[in-house]
Amino acid sequence: MSCYKGKYADELIANAAYIGTPGKGILAADESTGTIGKRLSSINVENVETNRRILRELLFTAPGALPCLSGVILFEETLYQKTAAGKPFVDVLKEGGVLPGIKVDKGTVELAGTNGETTTQGLDGLAQRCQQYYAAGARFAKWRAVLKIGPTEPSQLAINENANGLARYAIICQENGLVPIVEPEILVDGSHSIDKCADVTERVLAACYKALNDHHVLLEGTLLKPNMVTPGSDAPKVAPQVIAEYTVRALQRTVPAAVPAVVFLSGGQSEEEATLNLNAMNKLKGKKPWSLSFSFGRALQQSTLKAWAGKEENIPKAQAALLRRCKANSEATLGTYKGDAQLGEGASESLHVKDYKY
Amino acid sequence: MAKYIATPGKGILAADEGPGTMGKRLSSINVENVESNRQAFRELLFTAPNALPNLSGVILVEETLYQKTSGGKPFVEVLQENNVVPGIKADKGKVKLAGTNGETTSQGLDTLGARCQQYYKAGARFAKWRAVFKIGPNEPSELSIQQNARGLARYAIICQENGLVPIVEPDILIDGSHDIKKCAAATETVLAAVYKALNDQHVLLEGTLLKPNMVTPGSDSPKVPAKVIAEYTVAALRRTVPPAVPGILFLSGGQSEEDSTLNLNAMNKLDVLKPWTLSFSFGRALQLTTLKTWGGKKEDIGKAQEVFRARCLANSEATLGKFTGGTAGGLASES
Repeated sequence: MSCYKGKYADELIANAAYIGTPGKGILAADESTGTIGKRLSSINVENVETNRRILRELLFTAPGALPCLSGVILFEETLYQKTAAGKPFVDVLKEGGVLPGIKVDKGTVELAGTNGETTTQGLDGLAQRCQQYYAAGARFAKWRAVLKIGPTEPSQLAINENANGLARYAIICQENGLVPIVEPEILVDGSHSIDKCADVTERVLAACYKALNDHHVLLEGTLLKPNMVTPGSDAPKVAPQVIAEYTVRALQRTVPAAVPAVVFLSGGQSEEEATLNLNAMNKLKGKKPWSLSFSFGRALQQSTLKAWAGKEENIPKAQAALLRRCKANSEATLGTYKGDAQLGEGASESLHVKDYKY
Repeated sequence: MAKYIATPGKGILAADEGPGTMGKRLSSINVENVESNRQAFRELLFTAPNALPNLSGVILVEETLYQKTSGGKPFVEVLQENNVVPGIKADKGKVKLAGTNGETTSQGLDTLGARCQQYYKAGARFAKWRAVFKIGPNEPSELSIQQNARGLARYAIICQENGLVPIVEPDILIDGSHDIKKCAAATETVLAAVYKALNDQHVLLEGTLLKPNMVTPGSDSPKVPAKVIAEYTVAALRRTVPPAVPGILFLSGGQSEEDSTLNLNAMNKLDVLKPWTLSFSFGRALQLTTLKTWGGKKEDIGKAQEVFRARCLANSEATLGKFTGGTAGGLASES
């Protein structure tokens, strides 16, 4: 059996390629209600729908920001929200040349018999939900699988389960017109070396692409959202050049050229680190048949959130902070970032939270 | 070493026909299948003037690895002096898989490590292992895919541990009346399984080469243009072969000399991103006309060598997308 060739094939290929446009990337604004609550409480803002709406409006209407983006990932609530003036967020994005995307997984559950490893749920009724999201304007989706590094982790079971889940999710999305972003995140927690992270990343990615092939997923209509290859959070740091070399090498060994773009997660790196690492990758010489870009959540929003602090009068300042980070990352996708973005408060602050649960 | 073999403008001569297979070739020109004749034909190929610059490697069988020219010079030295890397066939043929419809797996893993060390000492720097698949209503079966992929991966890591670049050859036979889409689907499934197995066995992809079939209609199906073969083949490779692999060198698998060259040329002309070089590892598609021109006659050696040189050059041009068609005579179109 060959890969998916149904009615959405051409559209999937075109949308995936568009998201990978050099100079653009993705804003991951799909924090669930619980997670956004933690962000809001860090700036003493109440976690109610209005405030969640205000924050997202701040992001999506920031002057000059949208041209740096090809997609925004939304949480279901946000997909149906509007600006204060009554314009659906989805329309704001589309008019700005940005594809709306939707988080479709329903979080992680523990795998019995493992040392705290998880698999991701959300396959039940997924096809119907995808159809609804497509009707609401979404054109891509995201599903996050989580793996960790430890003495006996990731286990074969965790790798198999998560790869299979990603592949099932991916083909269901394609059958319903949504480009699946495949996200196998290997947490940065631990004291392991960058070599260990590379080894695990290569094994996990190989398993993912075998599963995608087994499930007849059309690779040209997918995107990959992996972790960068770095030392563990408790291990000594290394230079962006080193991270770039290890990361690109891992991708060369596992990601077929048919995949149009790789959009990295920031996973707790500071805003500036994430940008510098992405920039180093794009400066690297060597075979990179996929574009290398960003799908950042915390690493795009941290300074913005702090600048806003929940106050209406701070909105322009906050939007300017977002624009600075968007521009920096846009340049990083071209390898032209000079590290001169005026650092907002918190841009160098590590965003790592141990054992992060979205 | 793998990168050198994948040099644009060069490719591999597969001259690793075992004595049995060589026997069939020789009998087709009424030549007796004895060692001296096998030696004479290989000498014809390796000393053909101006042929070797178009080659980066030659695959040999064990017998040939230790043979010399009539002047007493080891074949291995003849190749090395001309910057052609000697390689060695490492598998020991196929055995049937019980419970399948004639599907096979390849053997040769026992003592492979020790054999690789000997081959390395004798001058070999790469190896080849051929796994065979067929297309049918229920084929290739999951068992056949798993077994052959695993065999290829075990072979590959053992080679690397002993200094030989493994050429990974998953050959999906052209036999059948299936269309090109069916071949594409089978090729993608097989290649995905092969690369998963290589990853499982910790094979260093940067130090391997791939020798796949081109994606074509079955031999009993209507032919399609070279451009179509190129598009399906490159799409299949883009979906399965990681960029870390330096080069892909196609088998000819029963295609005519001319078709093999035209298809390879079309692939290299295709305006699509290809992160590996695309070249040839041809046996019959380099030797068929040469063999017939020789016919076993000493006085025809010169003529035969010229035919061989021309085929090597044609394929060298095809790796650069520069082949303009039609070299040797009518036999070149013979399948």
